[in-house]
Amino acid sequence: MIINSRFFDRSELIGFIALALLLFIILPLTLDIFRLNLVAKYLTYAFVAIGLVLCWGYGGILSLGQGVFFGLGGYCMAMYLKLEASSVANTKIQSTPGIPDFMDWNQITELPMFWKPFHSFPLTLLAIILVPGIFAFIIGAAMFKRRVGGVYFAIITQAIAAILTILIVGQQGYTGGINGITDLRTLHGWDIRTDHAKFILYFVEVLLLFGCIVVAQFIRLTKLGRILVAMREKEDRVRFSGYSVANFKIFAFCVAAVFAAIGGALFTLEVGFMSPSFVGIVPSIEMVIYTAVGGRMSIFGAVWGSLLVNFAKTSLSESFPQLWLFGLGALFIAVVLLFPGGLSGIWQDYVQPRIDRLISSRKPKSGNGWADKSVADSAPAE
Amino acid sequence: MSDEIKPGLKSPLRRKLLMGMAALPAISMLPRPSFADVPATSAINTTGLAVTDSEVTVGILHSVTGTMAISETGSVEAEKLAISQINDAGGVLGRKIKFIQEDGASDWPTFAEKAKKLLVNDKCAAVMGCWTSASRKAVLPVFEQYNGMLYYPTFYEGLEQSKNVIYTGQEATQQILAGLDWVNKTKGSKTFYLLGSDYIWPRTSNKIARKHIEGHLEGCKVVGEEYFPLGNTQFNSVINKIKLVKPDVIYAIIVGGSNVAFYKQLKAAGIDLSKQTLLTISVTEDEIDGIGGENIAGAYACMKYFQSLDNPNNKVFVPAFKKMWGEKTVIGDVTQAAYLGPWLWKLTAEKAGSFDIDKIAAASPGVEFKGAPEGYVRIHENHHLWSKTRVGRAKADGQYELIYETADLVEPNPFPKGYQ
Repeated sequence: MIINSRFFDRSELIGFIALALLLFIILPLTLDIFRLNLVAKYLTYAFVAIGLVLCWGYGGILSLGQGVFFGLGGYCMAMYLKLEASSVANTKIQSTPGIPDFMDWNQITELPMFWKPFHSFPLTLLAIILVPGIFAFIIGAAMFKRRVGGVYFAIITQAIAAILTILIVGQQGYTGGINGITDLRTLHGWDIRTDHAKFILYFVEVLLLFGCIVVAQFIRLTKLGRILVAMREKEDRVRFSGYSVANFKIFAFCVAAVFAAIGGALFTLEVGFMSPSFVGIVPSIEMVIYTAVGGRMSIFGAVWGSLLVNFAKTSLSESFPQLWLFGLGALFIAVVLLFPGGLSGIWQDYVQPRIDRLISSRKPKSGNGWADKSVADSAPAE
Repeated sequence: MSDEIKPGLKSPLRRKLLMGMAALPAISMLPRPSFADVPATSAINTTGLAVTDSEVTVGILHSVTGTMAISETGSVEAEKLAISQINDAGGVLGRKIKFIQEDGASDWPTFAEKAKKLLVNDKCAAVMGCWTSASRKAVLPVFEQYNGMLYYPTFYEGLEQSKNVIYTGQEATQQILAGLDWVNKTKGSKTFYLLGSDYIWPRTSNKIARKHIEGHLEGCKVVGEEYFPLGNTQFNSVINKIKLVKPDVIYAIIVGGSNVAFYKQLKAAGIDLSKQTLLTISVTEDEIDGIGGENIAGAYACMKYFQSLDNPNNKVFVPAFKKMWGEKTVIGDVTQAAYLGPWLWKLTAEKAGSFDIDKIAAASPGVEFKGAPEGYVRIHENHHLWSKTRVGRAKADGQYELIYETADLVEPNPFPKGYQ
């Protein structure tokens, strides 16, 4: 296995350190708990965006249905929390105590089978990874083995997002319907609604985020990452070279799905509920937008993109309740028109060269980008 | 003032302080208008809400963008009208109401986020807001955790009761039972076809309707029940079924934009609403604006308020609303209920003699509002309103004509026994 001599090159190291400084030190010190909790919410989308960088930016597989996996992860977590909140003591007034309130409203008198595993915390954690992972594997296997790709794949993922939303809304006795699963209180007996808990959750989330960044970076730098890029550029050549293109695609898609699911589970913890409005087409497309704004070839860019877009959303809507959507739209158009490489493109084209000039006048280097690094090393794999 | 003096008598500050001290007696001599009847802030606000000597801050939290904006705009307008009227009349406990408006953007997590902002950052003494059940469910834990007060205007499915919410709309039984009794008695209807959009409110409402039809109305039965996804625009197949089954009553709880398609297709299929009885609980004057009066003329709606109500309060309210928001605006049931929110809060605060949430919650039961456009209303122990149920018939000009109203106020019963 060929791994580049260093895990991060210099510019990536700067990105890594800058992000770590921001998330671990600057934000917790400067923001009050309400704003910090908002940042935590934004960051849950960063998990999805990192997955999209791998799967879309590197693998060339555009998925417009990441909300499905985000939602599955979120629902798994929400089901566990809801069961904990629906103890017999808490639900005395219901006609069937001990089941979630929305089931009682829908005349369900017994906990459905598929809810039962979510009494257990370890099983829930396992489900958060496995349910979306297996689902992505099935979709991926069904599509990629038949060589469905490109636009068709994007449309199919979108259809799946729509189907899952309708399913959740329609089966409200089992899923909480359009209201979603609300009023979540404790995680393993620990009240997640207090300020203290929110503070701790924030750090847990940032740690997990960096975990995902490292995994993504590792995938990108190994041979696997190069094959992904090669597939994106010329799929047939990779196939003729004897690689099973479908398997690599399925792998990238599954990794993206699992990242999204982790984000979704954390979202449920941070926000305190889960609803089908995170599963559908619109949120799925928004997730792609975060990636595009950040720069779809950049793992760090994805995090910055999620932060920036969501921050803009919040601050614009607080200042201009009637007009903020126009402002957000203008932001997207501006980014796509003026900076097709997204935030990381701006960094590479404008900021990076200056830093290079400042730091290392002794060692000039050309073509030093985060993006096409593995392409630039044009030696064939092996 | 004394707070300012405390920090220290160190030398750099001394001159300023001396000057300030010299000014103290002068301040106490300043005229204080209506000092006698304005209670001190510290007495009426013991929990750190945004109340000053001259102002009290409330929040308005509705969707002004996204799919729900068309429905919720009316509520925002009504709440602003009520606030400005209250301010003109001297405010609440001697304080003018200042409002902070946030946009829920038709998105439930955004509602939760903004509710938290209004309570935690802005310390709002009350929040008027939400429309859909989903948005209310999303903000409810926030209001309970941070102990806020929400005035919720929409008619809804019931099955909820919170110390932190006053429901100024009807819960399901208030809207459904009297209407079914009326149609059974005056029209002699025996068979009902239930329709609805597929989410909790129509489903729960139809469930209550079915129990009432089958359990309480002699010889009546439900001959069909169907649900459609939100935003659905294809109703031809169900309309064909209706033509085949020929129910006495079509009971429709279809919401939002789907209404436009439903009533137009009904008309195109040759179902004449002047002959076929159709009873809805989801179409207010606001929705008729989109459907077109000529498409729905003849249908019956069961609400608690119609713009055309003929009573002294409403005769003042409608012109005031139109003066503020334009001649063309229409006022539906929910808009009127939203108008009640700020007024009920004002009356409650004055009854409690405090802005404290706990005192407001405790003082709410029994609060009466005689100036409501719908007529006299009173808050029940369960934080819902006693109000009348009315049946109106849609006219081609987009207004309802009042056909029937209950003699007495109907008791709110969010957890109806035997209907669950």
